[in-house]
Amino acid sequence: MLSLILRRIGIAIPVLLTVVTLTFLMVHSAPGGPFDEEKAVSPEVLIKLNEKYNLDQPLSAQYLDYLSGILVGDFGPSFRYPGRSVTELISIGLPVTFELALYSILFALAVGLLAGILGALKPNTPLDYIPMSTAMIGICIPSIILGPSLILIFGIWLEWVPVSGWGYMPGDKLLPTLTLGTAYAAYCARLTRGGMLEILNQDFIRTARAKGLSETRVVVVHALRGGLTPVIAFLGPAMAGLLAGSFVVETIFGIPGLGRFYVEAAFNRDYTMILGSSIFFSFLIIFFNLISDLIAAALNPKLRD
Amino acid sequence: MKFKFFVLSILFTLLYSCGENTPPVDLSPETKILYLGNGTEPKDLDPHTVTGVPESKILMALIEGLVIRHPEGLDPLPGMAKRWDISSDGKEYIFYLRDASWSNGDPVTANDFVYAWNRMLMPSLGSQYPDMLYDVLNAEEFNKGKITDFSLVGVKALDPKTLKVNLKNPAPYFVELLAHYTTRPVHQPTIEKFGEIDTLGNQWTRPGNFVGNGPFTLEEWKLNQVIKVKKNPTYWDADRVQLNEIHFLPIDNVSREDFMFRAGQIHVTSSIPTEKIEVYKEQYPDNISISPYYGTYYYRINLNKEPLNNKLIRKALSLSIDRELITEKVAKGGQIPAFSFTPPDPNGYFPPTKLEYNPSKAQELLKEAGYSKADSLTFELLYNTSEGHQKIAEAMQQMWKEALGVNIVLTNTDWKVYLSRENTGDFEISRAGWIGDYQDPKTFLDMMVSGRGNNKTGWSNLEYDRLLAKAAESTSQEERYGYLYEAEKILIDELPIIPIYTYTRIYMKHETVKGWEPNLLDSHAYQYISIE
Repeated sequence: MLSLILRRIGIAIPVLLTVVTLTFLMVHSAPGGPFDEEKAVSPEVLIKLNEKYNLDQPLSAQYLDYLSGILVGDFGPSFRYPGRSVTELISIGLPVTFELALYSILFALAVGLLAGILGALKPNTPLDYIPMSTAMIGICIPSIILGPSLILIFGIWLEWVPVSGWGYMPGDKLLPTLTLGTAYAAYCARLTRGGMLEILNQDFIRTARAKGLSETRVVVVHALRGGLTPVIAFLGPAMAGLLAGSFVVETIFGIPGLGRFYVEAAFNRDYTMILGSSIFFSFLIIFFNLISDLIAAALNPKLRD
Repeated sequence: MKFKFFVLSILFTLLYSCGENTPPVDLSPETKILYLGNGTEPKDLDPHTVTGVPESKILMALIEGLVIRHPEGLDPLPGMAKRWDISSDGKEYIFYLRDASWSNGDPVTANDFVYAWNRMLMPSLGSQYPDMLYDVLNAEEFNKGKITDFSLVGVKALDPKTLKVNLKNPAPYFVELLAHYTTRPVHQPTIEKFGEIDTLGNQWTRPGNFVGNGPFTLEEWKLNQVIKVKKNPTYWDADRVQLNEIHFLPIDNVSREDFMFRAGQIHVTSSIPTEKIEVYKEQYPDNISISPYYGTYYYRINLNKEPLNNKLIRKALSLSIDRELITEKVAKGGQIPAFSFTPPDPNGYFPPTKLEYNPSKAQELLKEAGYSKADSLTFELLYNTSEGHQKIAEAMQQMWKEALGVNIVLTNTDWKVYLSRENTGDFEISRAGWIGDYQDPKTFLDMMVSGRGNNKTGWSNLEYDRLLAKAAESTSQEERYGYLYEAEKILIDELPIIPIYTYTRIYMKHETVKGWEPNLLDSHAYQYISIE
């Protein structure tokens, strides 16, 4: 276990360094800079701004300066928001994105497990077909379609819930959670069904049933443990995907999360913010993959070293 | 059973926050809270460093200048100044300040203005709008670092309640200009508590730190979510203020804003999806607002590129544009075809309107320039990514092809790439727009003076420059307009820019909002607005 963790950390460092270097080169080679404005900025002011944000230095010096900064946890000032640091922006956006991802994954698990288990227990019956075809549709509809459709139905026609915001009005967290969670719920349902079907056909389950255990006990205690391995393996990448991929949902629903800051930073050429969020997202992806590997290893002795 | 509990607890968590949903707009007649769609998230709330429209809307609630704009006619009304005297040569202004106070109780003094203008003009602050004050004696010299002694600049506090301003030239629009946010005062002790006079990104603009003198105070600022301002009980005209709060919601996505309006989450939008304009005109005639805006949509021509440096070619291009077709069939938002660069304004300036649609004359000019339709000249048309710009560019492409055989390569780029290419002169024809900061032809015509940062076309005409300089020195408005008229005649004869249409402001407004009158600058003083 420890060696697994150490090995992963050993790989993570060069990966992060590559991300920083490539992102740094890409943002600086993109045409247009943070201070290109519609109302022309006078040359005197431009010199001052470049000085203030260290952009008058050669690129290599800027790169080294940036690297030495992140070693001590300083991600620099944002170019878009004077007086705010990248760390401040991340600390504003991250809890929101995290909360959204968490609700979505909980929703995905609740719906996905239920549908998957039902399907596995009654294979090839309407109880299997209906949830599984719904799941297939869920996987296929992108959030950019699902979100506005949910808004139109539940927000505008039925007027049940607000159509935009996050914690600004009661009920505004519902639609984003559904929109982001649906595809993951669908994956989860299919993985659960597959895993459970495989386990339910094994000898130890037959033995458990033969010993007269209740069906609930057979399913919940004996079958789920093994049947969920694929779902658990999926959770890590899913959590990382939810965090990094929530920007579409954040944009549709006006959620002040990190994804929106990230996309906005790219449009505004907010160099430090693009770099800071890229590093952060890479870190999250590596971290959640590691966690899910660890959980899978804990549940399944075959995966341990 | 554990499983059931798990599922139920999750559903409960999800539904927890889902109480009874009454749209905030329906509650607003009681709560007196105004919800506004406000475009992109403001960069900051410092009047001396920001440049955008969303910022200006919020600053209107938080800080008041010497004058405010009349909610309909936009004529200057007394703000911090209760009255003012102008010398007969039009170069000296004396402002008599009223007894007003900052939100922390300190009195607003003439010195606050001197300090604010000093700050605004500090070269080291890096303000992007210092030219708003360039009419003030020596202001430009100070801002460009030619003089370093601010006492030489024409603004003085004669006593705590009297402010004297000396201009370098008579500027009949000067009082109106003082409604602009860049000229508003700031509270010196607050600025200096959180930084120096020239600290960019000074933390004084955060809730809790902010000290203003406007009808509202800053209550909350949640990035990418909401800025809340609350009625300021210490405001000098607090009795007039009907609203308890205003929530400025940053909404940079036009469809989301449309959804929010329809769901009753905002009272006023900042725009409408183009494809819905016609539908809403039918369905919600009382809510849709379409009114002229003090701005021009035009194309810039780069005169450093062959053969666009040939005036005949530029004229031919302009003559083959059917502006009425563009406004009626393409833009479709009530825009007015522009036959001059300055939009019509109510202050009595009537621009020369010589531009016409005449394809056969265009072909003659093309021939005169030594080209024919068969030569199929090719130009690149640069615009930033937007459906509206795209449609207009495609219409132009077709018109120029039909009339002149000119091929247009459409290049659509992201906003920053577009700006960078325009600013470095890396374009042939590019789309542009300009909104006046105050109602005077100068805000448009000044831009085309040789070497100005926003000229961007490489056009330089000494006679034009001379006429604008003459206009600046004129003491009578009539004489001044005469020079500006002559200058504009040169501009639309030379055509370094091709005007296309006058902008309109198109937005949705809830019927309960009263006192929100459409006007040329889309400027709405919140103390005149109520919800009934």
